[in-house]
Formats: sequence, structure tokens, C-alpha cells
Amino acid sequence: MSAILDIRDLRVTLRRGGHLVRDVSLSVNAGEVHGLVGESGAGKTMIARAVLGILPDAVKVSGGKIGFRGDDLLQLAPKRFRALLGREIALIPQDPLTGLNPARRISAQMTDMLRHHLGQSRQEARANALRLLQEVQIRDAGQVLDRYPHELSGGMRQRVLIAIAFSAEPSLIVADEPTTALDVTVQKQILRLIRQMQERHGTAVLFVTHDLGVVAKVCHQVTVLHTGQVVEQGGIAEIMSTGAAPFTRALMGATPRYDQPADALHPVPAHIHRELLAAARRFDEANP
Amino acid sequence: MTGARLNWRIAVGGGALLALAVIAILAPVLAPVDPLEQDLFLELLPPWWQADADPTRALGADSLGRDVLSRLIHAARPALTVAVVAGVLTMLLGTALGLLAGYMGGMVDVLISRLVDIWTSFPPVLLAIMLVALIGTGLHSVIIAIVLIDWTRFCRVVRSETLAQTQMEYIDAAVIGGLKRGVILFREVLPNVLPLVIVLLTLEMSIAIIVEAILSFVGLSVSSDSPTWGGMIAEGRQVIHQAWWVMAFPMGLILIAVLALNLLGDGLKTALDPVLRR
Amino acid sequence: MSGHLLLRRLVQAVPTLFGVSVVVFVLVRVVPGNPIAMMLPPGATLEDMERLRQAYGLDGSIVEQYVIWLGQALQGSFGTSISLRQDVLELVLGRLPATLELAVFATAMAIAVGVLAATTGVLFRGRWPETVIDAVNGFTLAVPDFIWALALILVFGVLLPVLPISGRVDPRLGTEFATGFYLTEALVSARFTVVGDLLAHMIMPAIALALPLAAIITRVLKNSLAEAMVQDYVMIARVKGFSRWRIIWVEALRNASIPALTLTGVQFTFLVGGTVLVEKIFSYPGIGNMAIDAVINRDLPLIQGLILSFAVIFIVVNLLVDLSYGWLNPRLRS
Ligand SMILES: Nc1ncnc2c1ncn2[C@@H]1O[C@H](COP(=O)(O)OP(=O)(O)OP(=O)(O)O)[C@@H](O)[C@H]1O
Ligand SMILES: [Mg+2]
Repeated sequence: MSAILDIRDLRVTLRRGGHLVRDVSLSVNAGEVHGLVGESGAGKTMIARAVLGILPDAVKVSGGKIGFRGDDLLQLAPKRFRALLGREIALIPQDPLTGLNPARRISAQMTDMLRHHLGQSRQEARANALRLLQEVQIRDAGQVLDRYPHELSGGMRQRVLIAIAFSAEPSLIVADEPTTALDVTVQKQILRLIRQMQERHGTAVLFVTHDLGVVAKVCHQVTVLHTGQVVEQGGIAEIMSTGAAPFTRALMGATPRYDQPADALHPVPAHIHRELLAAARRFDEANP
Repeated sequence: MTGARLNWRIAVGGGALLALAVIAILAPVLAPVDPLEQDLFLELLPPWWQADADPTRALGADSLGRDVLSRLIHAARPALTVAVVAGVLTMLLGTALGLLAGYMGGMVDVLISRLVDIWTSFPPVLLAIMLVALIGTGLHSVIIAIVLIDWTRFCRVVRSETLAQTQMEYIDAAVIGGLKRGVILFREVLPNVLPLVIVLLTLEMSIAIIVEAILSFVGLSVSSDSPTWGGMIAEGRQVIHQAWWVMAFPMGLILIAVLALNLLGDGLKTALDPVLRR
Repeated sequence: MSGHLLLRRLVQAVPTLFGVSVVVFVLVRVVPGNPIAMMLPPGATLEDMERLRQAYGLDGSIVEQYVIWLGQALQGSFGTSISLRQDVLELVLGRLPATLELAVFATAMAIAVGVLAATTGVLFRGRWPETVIDAVNGFTLAVPDFIWALALILVFGVLLPVLPISGRVDPRLGTEFATGFYLTEALVSARFTVVGDLLAHMIMPAIALALPLAAIITRVLKNSLAEAMVQDYVMIARVKGFSRWRIIWVEALRNASIPALTLTGVQFTFLVGGTVLVEKIFSYPGIGNMAIDAVINRDLPLIQGLILSFAVIFIVVNLLVDLSYGWLNPRLRS
């Protein structure tokens, strides 16, 4: 199987010093969903944003490469990189409430990219937007097109954002905790939708989450992250089996699950944390 | 790292102001000739760098043959007097009302805030001209007009700052400690509002200089023969095609004074703001 | 919806106007000074004075005077100017178009300059163009329109004499106008030499009025644009592959313009107030210029008429600002 996204020894560093991502490698194969799990602050979002070229100002990539279909995204000229964004690489964001521009109609926000990347006419783009909204199971799609974001529910908005992400038929979608901000019942529907769309379009997905339960449902491959380092990596079946690393096993226990009461939440034991932090410190001493 | 820049602003702005203040205070000593002395032979004499200049009239003479340099120096007096007196009085009135509104709350606050709203819905320049025309011309009227128009600027800022301050914990602690309200106002609230008020004062002084210039330009400030920058500009405007310098020099001085005050205000803002200083 | 809103705002404007009229009326009458005495030739008798007072409605109590004045004002009669001896309404309406054209032109210029400077500043955030824009802006903010007007006259009127420094139109062109809106009229009737001449007269006073407003718009808009640029929807737009320039204009500007617009509405008061002085400096025949003369001559009826027309302008502008919120922010429409 060929890798669409091939991240090699990616290092992300604060400009004022301090590593956030410590030589992470992972690859996402065509048509596969690759889960990126870890606790809050592990650096998942940094990796996702590095791929999309939208790291915060205080942060920079200080090493490694991000291979995308033979190109290194880190070396690409800004103009060529922008030509890939939206067209070949797209994003499903975490918060659907803030991801849509409050001042523009849904139709404008859906058609602008089709017109920009695919050179479609206004009518063509609108017809495609309509079809996409139907595909993400929005009822009254024709009316929704003429609405403003504040007139839609959170779940609807996330569906719109998913439709936008898939609209130019990209080969890779980065989804950064796409369900965290939603109600539990809506979460399930959205997860199913992403998985359906991904299968139908054969899109590779880098799926960021802190929830191993979600990973088990939608991912083929998993990378477990702690303090910006890979703890464990592999196929979903292996990781979920008893052979997993102590941290992963602890994380599985710590994951809040909607099918279990909240008191089933076990924190990751302190000694496991300490070991992983010591590893991070050793890395920092070796790479100042 | 802001240290160097802040010192630079305060030093340049404060230095320029100090120089202007010295010029104003020592005007009778510094002015080479009597600013009111007319010499019709010197009418519209050009400044020193031009061909037929007169060495005793370094910046030339105006349409009545009066020495531009001496008039400039003497005109610094009304300008700075208005800046200081009107600035301080405006500050006192506005701050007092702002503290009152912010600290008392309730009806007092509503009343004062309403007044501020009504006040600020008039165009200030028009209000100033109207007030001076009604109370009569002269330096006093100019000062009164500025105070009556601009107190709202202080009032608004001090009120909201006082509201913010009184909501903070240390006030609760003081109230529990049994301090009287008035004492709290002066001991706890005022010192915290003061930095802001000082910055506003520099801004107000620059506004006062401009308003004085405007009113004397329109002929509503001090009596027309004693020199003011605005009056000199108005005279220069009449002869602008023959002698542009008569107008240019007072403009330059107004600009210097206004920029110096703004620079000083900016410098003080960073120097006095504990958050920005951090 | 907007019809309803418009009506509500219009009704709200009535008490404001009433308040302004009372304040102006009282303010003008409370103060000492006798304009009637000033109008009379030397050697006039007390009876002459009394007759004149009656003629101008200045006898009777202040409440009586106000009621009479308001009653007449509602019928469109604002009395007769004491200094110019003409109907106040006629005088004001004759001069108003000149000021309106100047103010609208200046505001449009201020908005254009402000938006361009703010968007350029945000586009080059952290690099030298932003530093330059901030420095120029700081300077512009500190200098009042009064000084700008004089500096413009000095530089482009005298030192490099390329522009006329007074009046509204060159009388040598000998053009006749059917209305007071010269520029609009000349544009509509395609008299382009006249348009050029009108613009040449208008450009310097307009710049003097526009610069302080432009500086304020730049500062506020730049701040709110910078805020908008870190919103999630901007990140999405970046990930869609759009350029930064397009993102600023299409995604961020509309959301960022509400604070700037509010401020423009408030600052318009200052701009119109500024016309008083700027018109005087450029001998531009508008109501601002007229206001100064009216005040100096203590022409009470004229002062009242002028201030009321300023008040009406402010109310209309604030109305327009209120209405444009709905266009900028769809959430406010329902
Ligand atoms: N804008 C920023 N500037 C500087 N440091 C940041 C910034 N955003 C995040 N960080 C730091 O980078 C580290 C990694 O953050 P990241 O957002 O990648 O975590 P995450 O794994 O996505 O966590 P979460 O599950 O909370 O989203 C954290 O220690 C965080 O403090
Ligand atoms: Mg994250």
C-alpha cells in the first residue's frame, strides 16, 4: 500500500525554545484512517497543523520532513503549497461553531473553493454544493445553502464543514477532534458520517483524538503520542490487543466512554508518566 | 527592552515641552524686540535666509511690520497658560465627577452618565466657538470653554476605571476592615486611577493648545493685538501669497507642542501602566 | 424588517431633537449680551429697540419664547437672520448642500484610506510596511484637522501652487447650477471640466477632514482585523488554499468592520464639527463657515437653525450606521 502522507522525524519547537513534537514519524496510507491519540498537550494538534502549514506564530518546524505524494510539504513554495490546500489536503476542524464565517452564507462558503480550485462556474459550484449537502445527509439542503451559520445547529454545521472538506475530492483529510465539541448522540452520527464519506471517496484521514474508544471504531492504524513522542504505533487490532504498551493500556482505562459511567475513569498511573517524561528530558538533553 | 524606548519618548516629549515652558516664562527677556512694535518699513520682511532680510528680524516681519520671532515667543505664554490651567481644571472636574459616578453608582451614576452622553453629542469645535461667543472673548473664556466641553473625556475613563477598581478584592478587604467610603475613595481608588488620569492630562493639554489656537484664529481668544499663535496664523493667512512664513512659523510651533505632548503621553502610558511595564 | 427598524429609530430621534432644541434655545438666551442693541444704528431710541425685540420674538418669558419658536419651527419657519436679514431656513438650505458634499466626500476618502491602510498593515504583520503604517498613523492621529488644512494650503496652494485655496468653484467658468449639489449635478450632466474644478476646490478641505478620521479607522480596524485573523473560520479559509490578501478582504473584513463602523459614526460628529473650521480656512461656502460668522455676530436665530441642522445630520448618520449593522452582521437581522 502506498503512503499518501509520510511524516519523518518531525520536530516542532517553540521559537523561544522547547520542543513540542520530538522526532515523530508516521505514515498514512491511501484510503486509510490513521488515528493520532494522546492526552491533552501531547502535541497532536501541532502535528496536524504542521501538515496544513498553519502552526501558531510562536511555534516552528525545526526538523524532519512531511512527505505528501512525493513532495516535501516543508520545502514547497508557498504558492504551490496553497494550490494543494483544499484541493488535495483538507481539514475538518474541532469546533463547528467557530469554523464557519458568521457573515457569509453557507452557499458562499461552500462554492468559493470549488470555483477557486476546480474553476467551476457559479451554477456548477452551487449544484455541486447542493449534492454535497445531500451526501452529508442534510435535509432541505436547498434551503440550508441560503442560510447563515448561526441559523444551523452545531451538528449541521459540522456536516457542512465535512462537506466542504470533501468537496474538492482531496486525497488526505486532517480531522482534529472533529466530534469533541458536539453532543454525545451527535458525536456518533458524525463519526459514522466521516467513516462513510471516507470509504466512499477513498480518502486517507489523519484522525486526531484523545479517545481510544473512538479510535477503535473508526481507525485502521494508530499512533499513540506522549509529550511529543511516539509511544506505540501499529494496526488497530495489535494495539487494542493485550500486547499494547503500558501507557496505551492505561490510556484505554482512562478514556471516558459514553457507554460507561463516569466513575469508571482511571487516571494514568504516575510512574508511567514519570518514565515518559524522563524519556522526553533525555531527548531534550541530546537535542538542545 | 521597552525601557530604552520609553525613556526616549519621555525625554524628547518632555524636553521639548520644557523648552517651550522656558521660552514662555522668559519671553520678555528672550524676545529681541517688543512684539507690538510696528515698523511699516519692515512690512512683510522675509526671514534671515532670504535675499533682502534684516539681521535684527531673524524670522521676518508681518503685515504691520511687527517682529515674527518676538511675537512667536510671546505667544507661547497664552498657549501654555491655557494648556496648563485648562488641562488641570478639566482633569479636576472630570475626575471628580467620574469618581463620584463610578463609586456611588445608582442615581448619581445614571445622572452623570446621561449628562456625558448629551454633552458628547454636540460637535466640540462648534460648542467651543459658541460658548466663547456667548461668555465673551479672552483667555478666561477660552479656559472655561475647554473645561466645560472636555470634562467628559476624563469623566468617562475615570468612571469605568473606578467601577473596575471597586469590583476588585482589595476594596472588599478595605470595606471589611472598616474604612469609611470617602477614605477608600482617596486611599485605594484614586492612586490606581491616577496613572491613567496623568496620561489623559497630556492629551488634554494638547487639545487645549489646539482649541486656543483655533479660537484665536477665529478671533475669539485674547484681544487681537497681543500675539497668539492662532492669531498669527489668521494674519498670515491674509498675506499667504506674499509672505507664507508668517503663517508657517506659528503652525510649526503648534505642531511641535502637540507632538511633544502626544509623545510624552505615549511614554508615560507605557511607563505608568503596571501591566505594560511587566 | 428594515422598514420597522427605520420607523423605530425615527421615533427615537424625536426626543433627541427636542432635547437639542431646548438646550440650544436656553443656552443662547441665558447668557448676557444684547444682540438687538448691536443691530441698531447709534442714536436709536428705546422704542426702536422694543419694536425690534418684538419683531424677532425676543420679548416675553423664555418658555413663551420657546413655545412660539417651536411652533414656528415645526412649520418650517426658523425666523430671520439678524445679521443677514434673510430667512434662516433659506440661508441654511442654500448652504447645506455644499457642506454635505464635502462631508460625504471626506468620509468616503477616510474610509477608503483607512481600510486600505488597515488591510495592508495586517497583510504585512510584523514586517516593515506595518511599522511604517503604524508610525504614519501615530503622527496623523496627533495632528488636528486645523493644522492639516493650513499645511495643505501652504504646500499645495502656495509653495507648489497647484490647487485653488478658496471657494467652491471658479466663477470664471460661468456655470449655472439648478441645485446646491454642484458636484452631483455636474457629474449627472457630464460637465467634466466643472467636475474637475469642483474636485480641485474640494480635495484639500476634504483631505484635512479625512486624515484624522482615516487614522482612527486604521487603528481600530487594524486591531479588529488582527483579532479576526486568528478566528477558526480564517484558519479554515487558509486551509482552503486562499491567499492572505483574499482572506483579509473576503473573510475577515466584514466581521472586523463593526467596531470600526461604530466609531466612524461617532467620529463623524467630529468630522462635521471640523467642517466649521476647515470651511472657514478654505473660504468654502458651507454651513460651517456660516456658523462661525453667525456666532461672531451673535445671530441667535441663525445659530439655532444651524445647530439644529447639525443635529439632524448626526441623527441621520447614526441611523445609517445602525442600519448597516444588519448588513454586516446577519445575526442582528432577525
Ligand atoms: N499557540 C501556542 N503557542 C505556544 N505553545 C502552544 C500553543 N498551542 C499549544 N501549545 C503547546 O504545545 C503543546 C502541544 O499542544 P497541542 O495543542 O498540540 O496538544 P494536543 O495534543 O492537541 O492537546 P489537546 O487534546 O488539548 O488538543 C502543549 O504543551 C501546548 O501548551
Ligand atoms: Mg488539540
